[in-house]
Amino acid sequence: MHPPLNRPRIALAVIAAAGSSAVAWAALTPVAFSSREEPFQIPKGTWARRMAGNKVEILPSRVYLTLGIRDVLLLQNHDDVPQIFGPTLMMPGQSFRLPFEVASSYQFACTAHASGQMTVVVDERPDTPWRRLVWRARRALRSIDAA
Amino acid sequence: MPPPFPCSAWRWARRGLPALAGLLLLTAAHGAPAEPLKAGVFDPARDAPDFSLQGSDGKALTLSGYRGKVVLLGFGYTSCLNVCPVTLAVLAAARHKLGPMAAQVQVVYLTVDPERDSAGRLNEFLASFDADFVGGTGTAAQMAAVRKSYGVTAEKVGTGADYSVAHSSFVYLITRDGKLRALMPYGHTADDYAHDLSVLLH
Repeated sequence: MHPPLNRPRIALAVIAAAGSSAVAWAALTPVAFSSREEPFQIPKGTWARRMAGNKVEILPSRVYLTLGIRDVLLLQNHDDVPQIFGPTLMMPGQSFRLPFEVASSYQFACTAHASGQMTVVVDERPDTPWRRLVWRARRALRSIDAA
Repeated sequence: MPPPFPCSAWRWARRGLPALAGLLLLTAAHGAPAEPLKAGVFDPARDAPDFSLQGSDGKALTLSGYRGKVVLLGFGYTSCLNVCPVTLAVLAAARHKLGPMAAQVQVVYLTVDPERDSAGRLNEFLASFDADFVGGTGTAAQMAAVRKSYGVTAEKVGTGADYSVAHSSFVYLITRDGKLRALMPYGHTADDYAHDLSVLLH
């Protein structure tokens, strides 16, 4: 006759195993993206919506990039009028591709934001398990924060 | 029995193949992607807005007057204590690194403080970095119009004679044919500028 199953313990063991696997994956799997570009677009009709009094936030006041993985800021103006976008004036249909090679925090004047400033934070490439874990945790927290 | 390799075909191969190889090499070189710039790049590049201002050398200053040269266009002012002197020192060092090619590069620095920056004052300030730098000044309205056309911001901070000006600190890279190709944010090194200038000059 089998002893009775201790279901809470089994559930805890399953959760612990899943958590450990997730941590191991986050620490050991190299960070990779299909592209090094972090794109932001001004959609068509943005200017008209602003003129109508709607608040349109396209570019966050703080952008995070990572060297060697996602270290190029790509701004694209798909609207019909010139726009100040991030650090620069962009014509309709124009794109601006800004690469970063040094980990640092970059301040740009940006009239699109209430503060008048935009910050691009460029992190070092997470090359060790611990750094990968921290990098993924921070990214997840930022995603939750932005949602 | 016909020869396995007719004479005419052999002649064609001897003469034609090297020519074909040369053509392929030329095509490959022409079609090869340009080396990426360190600066932020506009695509497509638009015509850089022209201007007509008073030059620090006492002559009229127009951007179109420098067609044929690569122009580094910056905005700043002579009373600036940090960003402008650093930027100008970097630009001077970059030109120095280019050696003889520096003659094909023109630095144009437009004031964001026309109240205080006369042509003479600009000339003295810029000459302390590089005698070939050219400055530009004009009325407040003229300078504001130029800034607007490039998307440059400038705002007076403080009052009295010791006010400062908070301004965009980018340098625009303008090609020989007058296209606004790229924008270098503040903080890049003279090596980065020399790299990009070499790309644009070739």
